[in-house]
Amino acid sequence: MTTISSELDLRDVEQFIYREARLADASDYDAWEALWTDDARYWVPADGESDPDHHVSVIFDNRSRIRTRLAQLQTGKRYAQVPASKVARVVSNIEIIGADGPDTIVGATFVLGESRVGVVEWWAGRIEYRLRREDGQIRLAGKKVVLINNDEPIPTLTFLI
Amino acid sequence: MTTIEERVNDPLAERIDQLVRPDRIHSSMYTDEEIFRAEMEKVWYESWVFVGHESEIAKPNDYVRKSLGLQDVVMTRDRQGQIHLVVNRCAHRGATVCDAHQGNSSSFRCPYHGWTYKNDGTMLGYPYSQGYGGKGKLRLNMGTVRVGIYRGFVFGTFNPDAPSIEDYLGSAAGEIDRLCRLSPTGELDITNGWLKHKTRANWKLVMENETDGYHPPFAHGSILTVTGSHIGELYGEASEAVTRDLGNGHAENDLRPQFRKYGELMKWNGNGAERVPEYVQAIRDLHGAAAEDMLIEGAPHLLVFPNLFIAEITIFMIQPVSVGECIQYSTPVQFKGAPDMNRRLLSMSIGSVGPAGMLLADDADMYERNQRGVALREPEWINVSRGLHRETIDDSGFLVGGPNDETGMRAFWKQYRRLMNCEASR
Repeated sequence: MTTISSELDLRDVEQFIYREARLADASDYDAWEALWTDDARYWVPADGESDPDHHVSVIFDNRSRIRTRLAQLQTGKRYAQVPASKVARVVSNIEIIGADGPDTIVGATFVLGESRVGVVEWWAGRIEYRLRREDGQIRLAGKKVVLINNDEPIPTLTFLI
Repeated sequence: MTTIEERVNDPLAERIDQLVRPDRIHSSMYTDEEIFRAEMEKVWYESWVFVGHESEIAKPNDYVRKSLGLQDVVMTRDRQGQIHLVVNRCAHRGATVCDAHQGNSSSFRCPYHGWTYKNDGTMLGYPYSQGYGGKGKLRLNMGTVRVGIYRGFVFGTFNPDAPSIEDYLGSAAGEIDRLCRLSPTGELDITNGWLKHKTRANWKLVMENETDGYHPPFAHGSILTVTGSHIGELYGEASEAVTRDLGNGHAENDLRPQFRKYGELMKWNGNGAERVPEYVQAIRDLHGAAAEDMLIEGAPHLLVFPNLFIAEITIFMIQPVSVGECIQYSTPVQFKGAPDMNRRLLSMSIGSVGPAGMLLADDADMYERNQRGVALREPEWINVSRGLHRETIDDSGFLVGGPNDETGMRAFWKQYRRLMNCEASR
């Protein structure tokens, strides 16, 4: 593992990822938003990892669209989240898989249960985080969530995944 | 054709005749399994149903898996370029033949006993041929669906007696033409794939909403407020837009009168002309003086019965799964030869539609609320009377209602009644 040089320590990376997961589970929109860098990219691809510039994605948000998405949720009238989903996720198999300039690329897998209006949905997939240290803090520059079933019909996805 | 004898012997048609009224729909129309099974046969397999666009399989021998009602079909392009719809089951023992979502192949091979078929569904061969008396002795083909194509939009039907696709589309064809005219090449390029949104609601609840101009400021109030969108105003009480019954179950929200009132180029997709200069120039070069009106009026908001919805920048295809579930497929409109415009259309469409879309996820939530509600006992009816008292006939002879009237829903149900033999059962 000495071939991978990373700016970040694995233990710090894990702490950041668990915190991000907890804030998303709690639909704590402000605290979650504060994790992102200005050049953020929040991507939930469809059909494997098809090129988001030439193929539909479930979510493909830059920083401005993340703001719009959260502002919509914060109106209290984003009806697909009224009532809000109750969510718990396990993020595991966390692995520093490389570096890209100032960024550390981290892989993980997740399983997530979502309860809303009498239905429980199970979501699972792989996550790739792009993490960067800014002003002494770890920040989120990218999050890619590749659902195992992203080539099949999926239900409404309006909580923070 | 329906005979007198069949009319009196269609008790389900007589029942539906009582359940689908001009101003209200009985809740059981969305929950009854027997009705669902009957409409699969009479609406989904005897009428034309939208399945995809020929640009999805642009090259010879391309194929892509599709749904047609509850049927798993493969849309293929043969070596000569002709489009086919092949039912995805082996003629031997019914096993699924094609596993991949898409690909390129001139033939398909069933994994079970190795039977092979050309990509138009005709049999090529089978192993150990002596068991059938030799090669070429057995002639069993995969099932096929009749194909109708209009401006690249591919429709299928199991009914050999269905009218031509042009006759079926009728006045809706002109709206598809209008969409294609907005392409610098006159062609669409539907190559971005489809979002697939599982929705726990009867398919008819979705289709009724497609021309509902009443809900946007309420169901979509959150995103319209946050983005400062004019969509609510387009369908508001002061809007000059109309809802039009185009016949055969097709309907549109004709937003052109309101966009003409605004008089702004490219306001229809929220971009403004300065953000897509190459596109605007291409349309001006092609259409001269007519281009200004085209760029002001924009793309259609059109429902093609039973399952195609063109919402200006996004194409939707609805397919049923069961009486209480359907899939909403959506893909951005892409104009062949308009890269700057296409980038924007893709980005806007992704933000708006699909399982996480800032518009469509809220529609889906309404459909699921509808479905939970129609399971309840009282009141028994869904009301579709909005604007019934103020409908008029326009200069072209079409029935029109106001921008937020339920004229489009009533158009849908008129065609549904015809297909379910309600008119004949009277």
